Amino acid sequence: MVNQIAIVLFDGFAFGMLLFVLSVGLSVTLGLMNFINLAHGAFGMLGGYIAVLTMRQLGLPFLLALPAAFLGAALVSVVFERTLFRRLYKAGELNQVLFTIGVVFVAAAIATYAFGTVQQVIILPSWLRGSVEVFGLRLGVYRIFLIVVALAVTAVLVFGLERTRLGAQIRAAVDNQRVAQGLGLDVERIFAITFALGSGLAGLGGALAIEIVGLDPAFGFHFLVYVLIVVAVGGLGSIAGSFAGAALLGIGDVAGKYFMPEIGSFLIYLLLVAILFVKPLGLFGKR
Amino acid sequence: MSEPIVLRTDALRKRFGSLEVARDVSLSLPRGCRHALIGPNGAGKTTLINLITGQLKPDSGTISLEGEDITATPAATRVRRGLTRTFQINTLFPDLTPLEAVTLAVCERQRTAGQFWRGLFAHEEAIDESFAILTQLGLGDVATRTTRTLPYGQQRLLEIALALATRPRVLLLDEPAAGVPKDESAVLFDVISALPQDISVLFIEHDMDIVFRFATRIVVLVAGGVLLEADPETVRTDPRVREVYLGGAGHA
Amino acid sequence: MSDVTANAPFDAQGWLRRQSRWSPLEVVFWLALLLPFFFFPTYLTLASQIAIAALFAISVDLILGYAGIVTLGHAMFFGLGAYAAGLISVYGWGEPLSGLLLAAAFAGLVGFVVSFMIVRVQHLALIMITLGLGLLTYELANSMSWLTGGTDGLRGIRTWPIFNYFRFDLWGYTAYSYSLAALFVCFLVSRRIVNSSFGLALRGVRENVRRMPAIGSDYRGHLQKIYTISAAIAGLAGALMAQTTNVVALDALSFQRSADVVVMLILGGTGRLYGAIVGAAIFLIARDQLSGVNPQYWYFWIGLLLMVVVLVMPKGILGGLSALASRWSGR
Repeated sequence: MVNQIAIVLFDGFAFGMLLFVLSVGLSVTLGLMNFINLAHGAFGMLGGYIAVLTMRQLGLPFLLALPAAFLGAALVSVVFERTLFRRLYKAGELNQVLFTIGVVFVAAAIATYAFGTVQQVIILPSWLRGSVEVFGLRLGVYRIFLIVVALAVTAVLVFGLERTRLGAQIRAAVDNQRVAQGLGLDVERIFAITFALGSGLAGLGGALAIEIVGLDPAFGFHFLVYVLIVVAVGGLGSIAGSFAGAALLGIGDVAGKYFMPEIGSFLIYLLLVAILFVKPLGLFGKR
Repeated sequence: MSEPIVLRTDALRKRFGSLEVARDVSLSLPRGCRHALIGPNGAGKTTLINLITGQLKPDSGTISLEGEDITATPAATRVRRGLTRTFQINTLFPDLTPLEAVTLAVCERQRTAGQFWRGLFAHEEAIDESFAILTQLGLGDVATRTTRTLPYGQQRLLEIALALATRPRVLLLDEPAAGVPKDESAVLFDVISALPQDISVLFIEHDMDIVFRFATRIVVLVAGGVLLEADPETVRTDPRVREVYLGGAGHA
Repeated sequence: MSDVTANAPFDAQGWLRRQSRWSPLEVVFWLALLLPFFFFPTYLTLASQIAIAALFAISVDLILGYAGIVTLGHAMFFGLGAYAAGLISVYGWGEPLSGLLLAAAFAGLVGFVVSFMIVRVQHLALIMITLGLGLLTYELANSMSWLTGGTDGLRGIRTWPIFNYFRFDLWGYTAYSYSLAALFVCFLVSRRIVNSSFGLALRGVRENVRRMPAIGSDYRGHLQKIYTISAAIAGLAGALMAQTTNVVALDALSFQRSADVVVMLILGGTGRLYGAIVGAAIFLIARDQLSGVNPQYWYFWIGLLLMVVVLVMPKGILGGLSALASRWSGR
């Protein structure tokens, strides 16, 4: 029983880390631009398909497919941001929600057209397969890999935000856009870069997710709910909040489905509503 | 000076992090007063209005309206008790007509705005009162135009019309003439000085000519604290005021 | 003050009265809804689906279009109404009108409870709470299969004849008459609501929620009231569906339904009751006509349409038409 709990905690944490990579970008861009981008999950899906394509068509190894997914999603997203999304920053949340849902619909349809509705699979390198025994627990190697990647992403993000010039600019812009603009910061440029980085991370998350949850055209929708829960529970613009929210959701989701499969999802949603009711700004939200 | 005090604040304090935006602010407004609140940018004038009207909660200190403590009273309730403000930046209903907006304010005051079973046109008294207020402020001709299409100066007047519809006993005007050309702002203040004599008015204004012309008493706020409260002549000649305010960028 | 009498006195009351007067176009519109009885009897089933969807869209318009509460979970109330009406019938009371009212009352009651949450939050948290409550209700119905039938749907619904006389026929004459009548009655109620001082207050909230307390408005009370009303109407629409089709399945509560109704509303135009009706009609007719093609491609067009509407016609089809019309007339 203790073993079971430990395994569930581990699997849940690994799943949570996947959710973290998928959603942290949305948290930062939401905190920065107040732009509700429901198409964030669609960029994750895009990253997933890029990974599948580069591995299958170009024969790239998995470790190179990941940065390709990041770059591809970042590139496409910045085109969308510059041409379409920026028109909606002042358009009100309803218009943002509708427009980006429209993007998700279209993306799902295009994915169906190009790849069909089948689940995509990728072949992992042998060193990422199987499991290892740690303290008498059999842990999946890929899940350990997920945790390592997520921790690395966290470290880079925290370092980047705290120590680099761009990071300082982003923090200033999140705190107060008008002041940042007054200080002569090019807020539009900061938006675009942040948006690209955030969507790139979603793309990376999409590529990492294939092995765990598979990839099909419904990915954008399916993960949207998870991503939104992480962001809303964690609080906008907070990396620590996203991390905690993602870990909580991952463990809760895996544990719920393992121990109480009948009402697992129910409990997750109940938790979501309860947290937002008590703390509408999320656990770590300031605004 | 024998008029009774309508609004009183006692040692109001507010901090944003390490920044003290209100330091022991104690003010009293007698009935029918025309007080001006002046001070350099960032002195905390708007913050003070936000504290008094309940948009912000003070860290300590009390506010009382006609002797009753309203420090913890919600903003809307304060308005219904007669403590109303206007906004420095137009805070209007862009897609409503002035007639609709002011009628709404009147209905809210009469507590009839929640009646979903009665057509709006059936609130005849409220409509007539609303139109009378608009006419009084010279907005009668544009009463049925969409607010967003009105010239800026008329939108400033609508700010005041909305406030008047609440039948205030105390009216706090946050830069009523902000952004209005000088010749038009005199018209605006003529409207303000023509307000019923039993309304106590506190207004924020940067134009010193206007302040000295319309205020009977002036409160000088600097860095969140009251530097001086006196009649216009004393303020005009006070060296400290000259230094922090008139000497600075204040005189536009 | 003297100018009022100097010029020809402007009739403010009359002006406001004219704003809510019935136009001939409206009468034509409602008469046109009777056409399916005579010209398209094979489409009566679709017509009653449209009437039900339109009613649901009106309920969403009341909170989203008029009061500015964005919701992605309103199917919750539609589904609750549907299950309530279905269960009342399954447990032996198939009288439609009382079933309809009971279901609406039940959904309204839940809506009232939920409204305490809704008015506390804004922006993303609001969207997430509506979404979360919708998903929660769906999962709840799914796991309570002893009551709801779970994924199999609720079985054994029997709806008695209306007034003990009009049977629900195979062709859908009764179903459409019943749905259309319910739509019309609820439309009249909603029309009165949006043209009341309360409706004005809701528009005030939508236009500028910050100003509302500054004119002494307890706007949260207003929002709770309209949310409750909206939930009841959504429940009534759900009950109509249960009674006219004798089927209630989990999809009555699904996110898809919550999203579809918002799409319909946006297509038609928010903040105008006819937008809800026109949007529902266009959406369902288009889906019916295109049902041959792959549903994924159906959503491609819906998605594209959404993007275009938001960018080009933020007020929907009716909003765009009325802007065109007013340009035409040289205003």
